[in-house]
Amino acid sequence: MAIWVGKETRLLVQGLTGREGSFHALACREYGTQVVAGVTPGKGGTIHEGIPVFDTVEQAVAKTGADASMIFVPPPFAADAIAEAAAAGVALVVCITEGIPVNDMIRVKDALAGAKTPEGRSVRLIGPNCPGIITPGECKIGIMPGRIHRPGKVGVISRSGTLTYEAVFQLTQLGLGQSTCVGIGGDPVNGTNFIDVLSAFRDDPGTDAVILIGEIGGMAEEEAACWIAGNMRDKPVVAFIAGQTAPPGRRMGHAGAIVSGGRGTAADKMKALEEAGITVVKSPAELGRTMQARLAG
Amino acid sequence: MKVHEYQAKSLLQKFGVTIPRGEVTDNADEAREIAKRLGGRVVVKAQIHAGGRGKGGGVKVAKSADEAYDLAKSILGMTLVTHQTGPEGKRVRKVMIEEALDIDRELYLGITLDRGISRPVMMASKFGGMEIEEVAAKDAAAIVKEPLDPSLGMFPFQARKLAFSLGLSGDAYKKALQFLPALFRAYVETDASLAEINPLVVTKSGNVLALDAKMNFDDNALFRHPDIKEMRDVTEEDPLEVEASKFGLNYIKLDGNVGCMVNGAGLAMGTMDIIKLYGGEPANFLDVGGGASEEQVKNAFRIILSDRNVRAVLINIFGGIMRCDIIANGVVAAVKEMGLEIPVVVRLEGTNVDEGKKILRESGLKITPAEDLADAAEKVTASVKGAR
Repeated sequence: MAIWVGKETRLLVQGLTGREGSFHALACREYGTQVVAGVTPGKGGTIHEGIPVFDTVEQAVAKTGADASMIFVPPPFAADAIAEAAAAGVALVVCITEGIPVNDMIRVKDALAGAKTPEGRSVRLIGPNCPGIITPGECKIGIMPGRIHRPGKVGVISRSGTLTYEAVFQLTQLGLGQSTCVGIGGDPVNGTNFIDVLSAFRDDPGTDAVILIGEIGGMAEEEAACWIAGNMRDKPVVAFIAGQTAPPGRRMGHAGAIVSGGRGTAADKMKALEEAGITVVKSPAELGRTMQARLAG
Repeated sequence: MKVHEYQAKSLLQKFGVTIPRGEVTDNADEAREIAKRLGGRVVVKAQIHAGGRGKGGGVKVAKSADEAYDLAKSILGMTLVTHQTGPEGKRVRKVMIEEALDIDRELYLGITLDRGISRPVMMASKFGGMEIEEVAAKDAAAIVKEPLDPSLGMFPFQARKLAFSLGLSGDAYKKALQFLPALFRAYVETDASLAEINPLVVTKSGNVLALDAKMNFDDNALFRHPDIKEMRDVTEEDPLEVEASKFGLNYIKLDGNVGCMVNGAGLAMGTMDIIKLYGGEPANFLDVGGGASEEQVKNAFRIILSDRNVRAVLINIFGGIMRCDIIANGVVAAVKEMGLEIPVVVRLEGTNVDEGKKILRESGLKITPAEDLADAAEKVTASVKGAR
């Protein structure tokens, strides 16, 4: 068991024929993901590395039954690509692109709110500016290195990419596999938030524990802490907040990672998480071992 | 991206936001001429990218054009220290000469993103001229917040609500109903991330004007605002950060002595945190990004080493997209070019890790390999302590 993606997921890639899109689509297919279609406007009807290419997402969905999309479209056009996937009723849209303007994301969230899949369910966006989602051994949608993962029962949620790899690598080395790992991205306006993922992990019998990796900026970690305290006391959570040493008022790489107006500090977030009964590690090198101890104890 | 007050005002004016009459200059003679045109009684305001200019002595009132000349002469070239500049302060290169107003009331207006609801929110307060964080800390109810939709714009009822909350009436109320939507339009159409009018003033004659204006812009949207991009003033930024930005590197200078080169923003912050935890002080944040070239890595390493405070360097790479061999080649190339007199600890993991390690080993350079993140942090902080 896992959440949102698995063996049955049928993936289309928006921006398949670009350098990045092509490289990662092939890596996903090599991992075992069913990559069924690509979309590049103007290249419909061609075949790229054995994958059929369509002009529109709508056509790709109609011809291949794709139910997930991975987006590698450049930032000025990425919000439009998300809206196109949502309008075509793709159930899961994973946007890897970094650097989408905030105003574009605000507008696209409105478009997402009204979008429905053919079965009448709402459309989920993961990202943007994220590594993607992986259910080890089944399906990889994103840019994470597949080989560091291992199937298992720890769910991982993170605002960061490489820091997630770090956590996953530690878990795998200790023999702790992962149910699903979700990178929700480092932007201030994104699709899926911590609570969306947490509630899916709570309801997933294949997830026994959760690693949560947050960073400075915004209030998402505080809200997650509050939600865990009220809704998920039975599954252990180990958390790390990046940016304990970050100076206020400076954007630390991610557009969303900034302490402003005295809000969003690592100290506040760590306190909120601890008060919710979550084990917070000060060092990112301690995530794996701490999870091992929580599961043993 | 940040801009100066005079630049923010020129942008706001295009959208119908009312501002005092004024001009900017970098010399005192011209300041006198501007003051004459404005009728003599003016305010001379230092233009730097930091708040608290008034308290720092960077904003002064002149009663005549000659006094404006004197004030401009003393302010231009001075190093202004405010609570936002740090102790080193900032050098004043330009001053704004603005008509002095007969102020009745000072209010506050600000627009920024409310991440919780993914919408911009306009904040209004009767307590202008103070830091809004201080107002919020004292009495959260003193700030009225109105969420806004960029696609729909500001509805008249929202403007009325905010204007009433500011206690406005008569002419000032009517003026505010123009001012508030104009400010929001400017915020949306310039892709701003912050628009702050502090203070917003009501004059004795009932006019409503932006006495000060601060605007920050979404870096990701600058591609569609070439006019705003041109307003960037690199003299306000750290020279190493400017240099790094030329190579598409995300670098922020800090006060410590352990240089860091990391891929990914989260891991870069996490690496700074673990250095601190082991008793060291990070000298910088540096994210080389996911797909850096050998050339970028070389420049990243060069920039880290050109910070004179750096006593040791930690390279922490978890290659997902980033290949470890590219990192290794970049580091070797940089060291060959500039030499290396300080300890370098390298932790490599991920794609092509064995090739990367081999390149470093065979380079003959004095590089300390680390097993994992904790080992790397321990080794680099120990090397700094040993060097003391």
